[in-house]
Amino acid sequence: MSETERKNEINRRQFLGNMLKTACGVGLVGLGLGAYSKRASSLPADYIRPPGALPEEDFLGACIRCGLCVRDCPYDILFLGEVGDEVATGTPYFIARTGPCEMCEEIPCVVACPTNALDHDLKDIEDSRMGLAVLIDQESCIAFHGLRCEVCFNVCPIRNRAITLDMQHNPRSGKHALFIPVVHSEACTGCGLCERACILEEAAIKVFPMHLAKGELGKHYRLGWKEKEKAGKALVTPDAEHRYNLPEGVRYDLQGEGLIIEGEAEETPFSSNPLDTLNSGFMDK
Amino acid sequence: MKLTRRDFIKSNAVAAAASVAGVTLPVSQTVAADADDGIRWDKAACRYCGTGCSVLMGVKDGKVVASQGDPDAPVNKGLNCIKGYFLPKILYGEDRLTKPLLRKTNGKYDKNGKFEAVSWEEAFQTMADKWIAARKAKGPKGVGMFGSGQWTVWEGYAASKLLKAGFRSNSLEPNARHCMASAVGAFMRGFGIDEPMGCYDDLEHADVFVLWGANMAEMHPILWSRLTDTRLTKPGCEVHVLSTFEHRCYELADNGMVFEPQTDLAILNYIANYIIQNKAYNKEFIDKHVNFTKTPTDIGYGLRDNDPREKAAKNRAKGKLTKISFEEYAKSVEPYTLEYTSKLSKVPKDKLLKLAKAYADPKKKVSSYWTMGFNQHTRGVWVNGLCYNVHLLMGKIAEPGNSPFSLTGQPSACGTAREVGTFTHRLPADLVTKKDAHCKFAEKVWKLPAGTIPRANGKTDGADQTDISGKPMGKTLIHAVAMHRALKDGKMNCFWVQCNNNMQAAANMNDESYPGWRNPDNFIAVTDPYPTVSAQAADLILPTAMWIEKEGAYGNAERRTQFWRQQVSAPGEAKSDVWQIMEFSKYVKVKDVWPEDLIAKAPEYADKTLFDVLYANGQVDKFPVEQVTDSRGNKYDNDESADFGFYVQKGLFEEYRLFNSVEGIPKKGHEMADFDTYHKVRGMRWPVIDGKETLWRFREGYDPHVAKGEGVKFYGKPDGKANIITAPYEPAAEPPDKEYDLWLCTGRVLEHWHSGSMTRRVPELYRAVPDAVVYMHPKDAKKRRLRNGALAKISSRRGEIVCKVDTKGRNKCPEGLVFIPWFDAGRLVNKLTLDQTDPLSKETDYKKCSVKITRA
Amino acid sequence: MVDMTTLGDDAIAAKGWFKSHKFLILRRLSQLGILALFLTGPWFGIWIVKGNLASNLTLDVLPLTDPYVLLQASLSGVVPETAAIIGVVIVLAFYLLVGGRVYCSWVCPVNMVTDLAAWLRRKLGIRTTSQFSRSTRYWMLALTLILPLVVTGGIIWELVNPVSMMFRGIVFGMGAAWVMVLGIFLFDLIVAKDGWCGHVCPVGAFYNLVGSKSLLRVNAAQRQACNDCMECYVVCPEPQVIKPALKGEKKGLSPVILSSDCTNCGRCIDICAPEVFSYGGRHAKKIDEYKREGGINQGVRV
Repeated sequence: MSETERKNEINRRQFLGNMLKTACGVGLVGLGLGAYSKRASSLPADYIRPPGALPEEDFLGACIRCGLCVRDCPYDILFLGEVGDEVATGTPYFIARTGPCEMCEEIPCVVACPTNALDHDLKDIEDSRMGLAVLIDQESCIAFHGLRCEVCFNVCPIRNRAITLDMQHNPRSGKHALFIPVVHSEACTGCGLCERACILEEAAIKVFPMHLAKGELGKHYRLGWKEKEKAGKALVTPDAEHRYNLPEGVRYDLQGEGLIIEGEAEETPFSSNPLDTLNSGFMDK
Repeated sequence: MKLTRRDFIKSNAVAAAASVAGVTLPVSQTVAADADDGIRWDKAACRYCGTGCSVLMGVKDGKVVASQGDPDAPVNKGLNCIKGYFLPKILYGEDRLTKPLLRKTNGKYDKNGKFEAVSWEEAFQTMADKWIAARKAKGPKGVGMFGSGQWTVWEGYAASKLLKAGFRSNSLEPNARHCMASAVGAFMRGFGIDEPMGCYDDLEHADVFVLWGANMAEMHPILWSRLTDTRLTKPGCEVHVLSTFEHRCYELADNGMVFEPQTDLAILNYIANYIIQNKAYNKEFIDKHVNFTKTPTDIGYGLRDNDPREKAAKNRAKGKLTKISFEEYAKSVEPYTLEYTSKLSKVPKDKLLKLAKAYADPKKKVSSYWTMGFNQHTRGVWVNGLCYNVHLLMGKIAEPGNSPFSLTGQPSACGTAREVGTFTHRLPADLVTKKDAHCKFAEKVWKLPAGTIPRANGKTDGADQTDISGKPMGKTLIHAVAMHRALKDGKMNCFWVQCNNNMQAAANMNDESYPGWRNPDNFIAVTDPYPTVSAQAADLILPTAMWIEKEGAYGNAERRTQFWRQQVSAPGEAKSDVWQIMEFSKYVKVKDVWPEDLIAKAPEYADKTLFDVLYANGQVDKFPVEQVTDSRGNKYDNDESADFGFYVQKGLFEEYRLFNSVEGIPKKGHEMADFDTYHKVRGMRWPVIDGKETLWRFREGYDPHVAKGEGVKFYGKPDGKANIITAPYEPAAEPPDKEYDLWLCTGRVLEHWHSGSMTRRVPELYRAVPDAVVYMHPKDAKKRRLRNGALAKISSRRGEIVCKVDTKGRNKCPEGLVFIPWFDAGRLVNKLTLDQTDPLSKETDYKKCSVKITRA
Repeated sequence: MVDMTTLGDDAIAAKGWFKSHKFLILRRLSQLGILALFLTGPWFGIWIVKGNLASNLTLDVLPLTDPYVLLQASLSGVVPETAAIIGVVIVLAFYLLVGGRVYCSWVCPVNMVTDLAAWLRRKLGIRTTSQFSRSTRYWMLALTLILPLVVTGGIIWELVNPVSMMFRGIVFGMGAAWVMVLGIFLFDLIVAKDGWCGHVCPVGAFYNLVGSKSLLRVNAAQRQACNDCMECYVVCPEPQVIKPALKGEKKGLSPVILSSDCTNCGRCIDICAPEVFSYGGRHAKKIDEYKREGGINQGVRV
């Protein structure tokens, strides 16, 4: 092996060694980044994406962090995640409690997005699903105690569909009704107007990203009455007619009230106490 | 800005994370537990609407630090509405007024000067000079005071004395003129005595509820929850709702009807016609307890004399009733067939029929509720009466569940505005200045020479009363809307507004109120806790103690009188309205405002001040200052008593009570319990006789004024019979036309109360409903190239405002009508409204004028 | 060895202060000017450019999109909007023309930080040498393009990219991004000369590749005049690019700096007292030959 060859050999080895070192170094960086990305891409519960945002994983791939949506929001509610925020750096979000989505009909934030991270197929803001409002604290919500608040219901832009009031008897007071706000996921856009409006110190109704807010019924199970309603008829052969052994004057309504004792509540012009009739004089006038 | 917002988000995030994890933050709980130590709890009546919820206020270190609904209050059982939830915060707005402020230039009063802080002495001296001069120069209508159904009972009573007996002027009106005057008019015409015969317990006993122009769901939230509960729990219960637009009550309605404005008159006549045609009426009841009468028609719209609509009216402002027969009455409602009424009102026939059947069914107990839809109506007295007609025809009145019920908008529209005589034509306890005998009785109670109180027509015993100018007194009545006109015309020069925001509240601000207040000849004083629109337009601002910063009493819509003790002191130099009224009276001498012939009847009064004559009269100052305590030994301040040296509130109330208790009272039926009793109870419904309150009036067994065997007796009338008063449908004053093509209706929202001067200072309520919007039908919006959230310019013949369009919100207007709430000082809807009134009640109609809307 | 205390003095003496700082000043004006265009909106409400370097819209008409970011997004499966594609084409065309790494020296805000670090190193005489090769940046580039393909969670590099972070930080709000900036500063100051921009930054590597055939180049046209003061090597962030052009005459190499590592920053032009360097076209190599033949210098003098 000549001097030159040895030199070259050394150079080659050095080169390979260096390359290996660099590759290992970069590989480690890659591992670190991959691991960090897992943590950094977890969306905290109170950070809500703008309307039309793709599912979070896709969104993080599609959003190029340009901030054009932030700039085109007429209500200035959108922020870009900063280093140290719990949201992926540079990605847009809003905090419902301080600045909810005002549900612009033109959806300017979506129009501004250059990459479809905010889906341009979203044409009607009422179809957006930014998150889901959840009445998270029924102990604090004053409506559950019978106070007449209903601010969330009143400010909801999807009126009487996303939030409805379930009216119930208030057994404590005995003579007042409760007006319980109920959120319906099929209509709620997660705009967060309810969360901002909630008059409590800490909102009892909050918007959460869909995956945190929503439960899921076992895939095998159907709600019988809903299926029947959907089909418009029984899914199986309808029930045959039933007949019963019953005493005189008594009916049985299988699907309805059950046992019906005829004449039980019949009205007659007479008091059940004969003395009343006797003492009241002639009825003929 | 941004930093604080970020910080907020951060701390919010922590709390949110905790709540997601189901963790209650322990620290705040311990803090709360410690903070509850040493809180003094005491009851008070809620500051807002006429429902009269009771609340408990927690005070520590001189500040209200906590509140709760009163669990033992029969009205609300511990509940509150969203406004009541925030009651403590209304006291602590950052911009409370704490010093009297007078417009000045170079140290001297100047109408066009800037507000400068002055002493109470300077404020009252300036004011007294102006008042005495105006009273002399312009007669009894030269000065005026505008009070409130939010005054405490004694504040209204003290004001009544100051104006009627002190200044010898009937120029005293409450804002209840804009609110309850039509209801009062109908009570007096129909029953001869004011206020509902039923009570809130009707809410549990009725089978059918009918809402006539009342959005109880938002305006009487707690009563609505009672009504809703009955609807939910009582089999067969029905709710009928009528209004000119769909509001939140329609969420519960079994029969929701939207009618063309003003056609409620026709609908009620249709129901009466249906009852008669089907012979469903209660013949025995009407034979025994009812007179049939008619009222003059074509009576105008309460506009200025030169308005063509007034010139065209045949019987302008006439209301004298004429007796008619049942047959004549039946004939008068005959034209109101189902077809005609449905066509006129645009309500489908089946809905009208369903409503009529509910009233006509003898087995169903029906309660009708109404508020401003009926009262703020150019035929307000009529339409109130037409509702009584239906109830009287069926005999469905004055018994549990059968109740025509006029709800009030203010906490003491009944207790103060109506009961202690704060209207131009009234004296305490339903007495009127029209009647010489009533005035004489009041003068006797007040220990004043006969002829002191100005009679409506300026005559006593058939002779003219002499004015301070030496001229005859002349006619003395002047109602609220006329006051603003008189200010504009320079006929009234001094005006004192207490406890309401009349510049924001009065109709036609551009043409009447504002020019009136800013007329260079006039001196306007406004007593207010906050810099309201009224304060801004005033010349002198007097800072006041609010609500529980003074001892008070309110009377709610079911005749329930509720008391509270002073819980905290007012900030700075702020002083309560009653203090201001009484203190001001020290700056005016009897001889400044009374003529010689009157002084001659009581010469010892000549050099005395009005204070000496009215309040230091041996009656009002009868009760010495005492340490106010409750049964648990807690001590309470009473700033007025400390200042005047006697128990002011007790003295005023007990003197007022003489009107219901001394020998020879002209009208019975308003009996009250004594002062001390009210401090012990959660309110009592008058008449209170032998310590027992009255739930249903006019009904034997329930009402001690109805003797055994009488069954029902409408004892307000000399013959004990109520009046059915027939009145036709007549069109509104300003229906839409080609240019102004929309009806404008104004009103309130749940979250804000009246002009928003208190509730808009609660950050949470402001955040919930920040600004007024114009609710309109999406098609109407589209036609004008507007969409939800767009800015629209709304203009009427009198002015214009700009606000956002709401086509999706809580109120759903039919095509052709828009609704704008009036709480927003930033969008003064009363620039648009017309100063039309019911010619009989003089109450303003804020519900019907015409506007056009364009893109802003 | 170059005496750091007198660095640039000759140039100032020969050409005056302004001329010997001309391109430095112009670059700072460019970098700050671009920031200013983005900041008039949020600061003064005058909207000239919205967005940031990743993607933006000038006067609501002209879209510009960073090809590197969009490439990452595309690799994670995004089909961009038309505007974004137009924006990328415009940007690519520009850098193909003027040199990819013009981005680094004339646009990127991090350049101001690393320049400051380099200046301080010279002032303080810190002489640590880098332990890793300049090719690291290509490995980094490869990594950033592979990550979106293999790791779910999208454009991973953008989670930490100090370049976009700093610009976005200035325009939208810094948060803790200053830590990253400080990190780069300290890295360049203490660990390695030109450590970030010259060795690690995949953004630079990307633009390096974009500009490998660009037209605008620095030309050592007057290389005969070189007095071997070595100051150009000291101030150059990529000094390896100079030697072939400046000293390659004997080997028959062109005086045009052809390496795409060159950022076209013009510091060599500024610092050179004998005015050896000038901007020129890629194919201006013949000029050198003309020169030798006594021809006219047609080098583009900017």
